[in-house]
Amino acid sequence: MSGRTSDPREITLSINGTVHKVAVEPRRTLVDVIRDDCGQTGTHIGCEHGVCGACTVLVDDEPLRSCLMFAVQADGRSIRTVEGLQTGDALHPMQEAFMRYHALQCGFCTPGFLMLAVAALEKRPDLNREELVDILSSNLCRCTGYENIVKAVCAAAADMKANLDASP
Amino acid sequence: MKPASFSYHAPTSVDEAVALLAEFGPQDGRVLAGGQSLVPTMAFRMARPPHLIDINGIAELAALTVSAGVITIGACVRHAAFDSDILPGRTGDLLRKVVQNIAHYPIRTRGTFCGSVANADPASEWCCVTAALDGIVVLRSQRGVRRVPAAEFYQGVMATAVEEDELVVAAELPMLADDTRTGFVEFSRRKGDFAIAMALVTYRLENGAMIEPSVAIGGAESHPRRLREAEDVLRGQKPGGAVFAAAAEAAAAAIDPMADFNNTAAYRRGLVRTLTQRALESAE
Repeated sequence: MSGRTSDPREITLSINGTVHKVAVEPRRTLVDVIRDDCGQTGTHIGCEHGVCGACTVLVDDEPLRSCLMFAVQADGRSIRTVEGLQTGDALHPMQEAFMRYHALQCGFCTPGFLMLAVAALEKRPDLNREELVDILSSNLCRCTGYENIVKAVCAAAADMKANLDASP
Repeated sequence: MKPASFSYHAPTSVDEAVALLAEFGPQDGRVLAGGQSLVPTMAFRMARPPHLIDINGIAELAALTVSAGVITIGACVRHAAFDSDILPGRTGDLLRKVVQNIAHYPIRTRGTFCGSVANADPASEWCCVTAALDGIVVLRSQRGVRRVPAAEFYQGVMATAVEEDELVVAAELPMLADDTRTGFVEFSRRKGDFAIAMALVTYRLENGAMIEPSVAIGGAESHPRRLREAEDVLRGQKPGGAVFAAAAEAAAAAIDPMADFNNTAAYRRGLVRTLTQRALESAE
């Protein structure tokens, strides 16, 4: 018997610009395939049912829970993960700000927060503190009490906007 | 915490999708749209559908159109689409106000309006909207098209008029008149959480008196619905604190609230009273 629709199928994922051709069962979630099949373990798996936000990645620049999407649904799509944030040795302003404001302790939630905040600010660079707090309420952190995350994201928002204004 | 194995089907047309549903619907096959409710239940193995019919590749379902006073929301239109100024008029304003209450930003980029309607969670904001505005749910199967009014569509907790071979292809909402006032308030324990109760009100003014009032309650009962008892209190009256309080009292008296571990029926009844009053006071 061949070609059952539950059998692994070939898909192509572009992760941070690198093309990965993998064969996956339809039941495998995007986050599992990003980590286990593509070896990009920066994206973390927390609750696996869409509540914690640790697995937030960008698919075609939209932030989403990669535990709530099947990998086969991302075939041919462009995915961005935390590994793709820095440019060469230079950290992304969001990563810099998280260090500066001590916005993490254990770091488990950090990749999700970074991708969420970067996605939101790339779309709307003028988001104010209140709007950012609302957006950040999507993800859970058990260490920081959120204050330093909010401070870091607000600071990074200003840095990203300054970079945007400075670019031609 | 990993979904069980299933057969995956990715149709590219509605005809193809309803053919698959005709075959696999009777075998507990399910439609996959945004997946923000279905996939968690599969992760918990509370749902183990042997077949998933993924409708995300059906281009004709991605449309959000306004024509002849009706907004037609295709089955693949995401919640996030309403958080923009693409929808005109008072209905657009209302949907923009409501969408802020639906889950969180990365859920709204993926979850769909029609998926929420088909899922029929009692606390779904979109279900409450379709009830309040007398929306229509459009169903397709190989047997044909059915257009089911919201008042008949919702039948219980996560129970609807959808037959196992039918696909929700669209939801239709009326364009409210330009002088319509709308108010929406919900209460949940945490931002983005399921609402314990919500109230949506609309009315217009004629010679200073309220006409065409709609009062819909969601989250409190097994499914959202309009409360004629509260609307009757408002109709023909001038808007104001006393009549709003009387309508809120009528709403609280008319419902048969659900009870759960955290919320007694009496608590929900009190919430409905408070939220109805606040929705009326905030209507603009």
